[in-house]
Amino acid sequence: MALKFEVLGRFNRARAAQLTLPHYLCQTPLFMPVGTQGTIKGLTKNQLEEIGCQIILGNTYHLALRPTSELIDELGGLHKFMNWPRALLTDSGGFQMVSLLHLADITEKGVTFQSPVDGKPMLLTPEESIQIQNRIGADIIMALDDVVRTTITGPRIEEAMYRTLRWIDRCIAGIYVSEVWLNVICLGGEDKDSFWRVVAQCTAALPEDKPRYVMGVGYPLDIVVCSALGADMYDCVYPTRTARFGTALVPEGVLKLKHQAMANDIRPIDPMCECMVCKNYTRAYIHCLVTKDAMGSQLLSYHNLYYMMKLSRDLHSSIVEGRFPEFVCKFLQTMFPKGDVPEWVCNAMEVAGIDISSCCREMRFDVDKSSTL
Amino acid sequence: MEQRKSPVRGSAAGQLSFPNSDSRSAPHNPQRPARFHLSGPPYLLSSFSGFSPAPVQPASLLPCFFSSLEGISPKTISNIGGLHQMLSLHQHIFAAVPRDSIIALPEHDSTNKYGASFQTPGGRLLIKPAEYVELVSSMKPDFWVTLADEVPAWVSDKRNRTSVDRTLRWLDDCLSLNKTGTTIFGSIVGGSSIEERHRCAQEVAQRNVSGYWIGGFGLGESMDERAALLTAVTDNLPEDMPRHVSGLGLPEEVLQGVAAGIDLFDSTYVYHLTLGGFALTFPLERNKGDNADYQLSDSGGDDMKINLKATIYRKDTSPIVESCNCFTCQNHTKAYLNHLFNVHEMLAQTLLEIHNTHQYLGFFCSIRKAIEEGKFEQFRRNFVESRRECLFAAASSD
Repeated sequence: MALKFEVLGRFNRARAAQLTLPHYLCQTPLFMPVGTQGTIKGLTKNQLEEIGCQIILGNTYHLALRPTSELIDELGGLHKFMNWPRALLTDSGGFQMVSLLHLADITEKGVTFQSPVDGKPMLLTPEESIQIQNRIGADIIMALDDVVRTTITGPRIEEAMYRTLRWIDRCIAGIYVSEVWLNVICLGGEDKDSFWRVVAQCTAALPEDKPRYVMGVGYPLDIVVCSALGADMYDCVYPTRTARFGTALVPEGVLKLKHQAMANDIRPIDPMCECMVCKNYTRAYIHCLVTKDAMGSQLLSYHNLYYMMKLSRDLHSSIVEGRFPEFVCKFLQTMFPKGDVPEWVCNAMEVAGIDISSCCREMRFDVDKSSTL
Repeated sequence: MEQRKSPVRGSAAGQLSFPNSDSRSAPHNPQRPARFHLSGPPYLLSSFSGFSPAPVQPASLLPCFFSSLEGISPKTISNIGGLHQMLSLHQHIFAAVPRDSIIALPEHDSTNKYGASFQTPGGRLLIKPAEYVELVSSMKPDFWVTLADEVPAWVSDKRNRTSVDRTLRWLDDCLSLNKTGTTIFGSIVGGSSIEERHRCAQEVAQRNVSGYWIGGFGLGESMDERAALLTAVTDNLPEDMPRHVSGLGLPEEVLQGVAAGIDLFDSTYVYHLTLGGFALTFPLERNKGDNADYQLSDSGGDDMKINLKATIYRKDTSPIVESCNCFTCQNHTKAYLNHLFNVHEMLAQTLLEIHNTHQYLGFFCSIRKAIEEGKFEQFRRNFVESRRECLFAAASSD
């Protein structure tokens, strides 16, 4: 089956597209919830379908550990194992190793680490990462990358870049993947001003006809900005993780259900939201559940993911229908009613060619944007 | 001992009716067959996680206990419109029961003449009749049970007698405080004393109540002594009024209760099973001589349940029960559930609770059917005997 990426509409750098995958026809921009261990915390597959999830991300590292990629393969792949009829994406496993494991180290061969099961030294090569992912059987799999912290400087970065390219070639050269089909931008830990510039630079340099996936982006504001700059796919644990801390995503920003003020508030989380949670439950009820009962975090996860899916749909349709700037302005006005849109957003939008002067209290013209173009 | 009339009280044709409540937005069908399972514990505990709309059973009774509503005031519950609104379960019937076997066990040592004491996660709570009635009225359940002084089987005779006196006094308090004319079940206690059980039942039977709640069971007494105590109560109660018992959860206990004339049950059986990773598997149509093809002893399972955490299920791509219509069995495999339990994902509990509740409610369905066909005693005998056979087979195969 042909994998296709077809752009259906544009506004400057922003694109709305159709992504054809073996298991599902997706629309971008899209957000992918993270289902670390073969499940999105506490939500059933029916609920995920209801919400409108198109692709779910599975963590190769965790799944390889339990129940192992061999078992998943034997039982027919992750789709069958989870009974998820739509699309799946797996990451390479490298990131988790480096961030979770005490003694992980990266050499030209691959990632060496200590097995968390029995402490034996082990090696994950690019080839093996692909083999593991093939056994898991996702629609989209990722090449192992040489993961470095973006805050470091110096020759290590260049080393990492070239090594990653060599590893991608090893993945392609082996019979494992047919082509590099997706371009991934990995970030983390940097300040917002650098963040948007990196995304802008990458999207300007990458080919138009392939999707751009920015990993680890989950704040709604960040997604809107990145979409304006030309990115198409996102994943993050933020919506579900923040749900477990009692925080709901709303158009105005966030709502902290743990606050005492919520105890007697009989409104839904968001009166305008059409999700099952907002149609059935009050803030007061969720308040008394959060941190005490699993159902509290399930309800909030449901709502938060619904919010993210709706954001994805709105981004797609507003671009296709030629009203993307209006959508962006409305989004910013709702989130920043006093007009205090952060400077980095203003700068990014200027590069994206979107006029948000109606949302900002004052426009700033003194910033040096030459480095981004 | 005389044979209990079975089916008890003609409940085969029995229907429990509840008056329509104006406070609920959706009109509901007031007819419910008697003898259906109340799944405890109170809705707010994690045992009901995932019970939000989708794969929920059709109308069943749910008990709730006020102390689990810590963090939400009666006034707010009232403002929301009561329990049905708050939990968005308009098709369900709610019963307010003073005891919750998981998070609010009666603390008989601290109960005094002013109120009943309960041990909760938030500390010890003393509830007086007036406070109880106020709380119940904010919840607007379909029926509620009067405040009781429940004591376990081993207290002194004097303490036991006091508990009966108190419970009767609080019953009268609740009745007089009940302004809204809601449906009330009178509480009957009496511990492990046949005489006190008689006394309490006779007294309560004279009150103007709509049904009876029998307390003091599931607090450590043995099954053998319970049978006599149950009939000591039910012998004194009018035939045409429903009887509700808390704390009897094991299928054998339920059957014992049914034989003694009990109509409504609530227990934490499903909750505890699920917590342990156990899935109910007993066939709902029991035939003698069904193959004993069960994984016994090694994994802690038996003919009625399996332990989904056991490694034998790692690659088992069959549903928990082949013929089961629940969401979990229709969509997922034992292998997936095994994995979810092993990685401590909360979806495991959700999916398993759905299945276990479904199975358990199915058990009650079978009981009702057996009564309607006049075969209850046989049903009970078959059930108990095949349990014994299985355990015997397990023991002798070692």
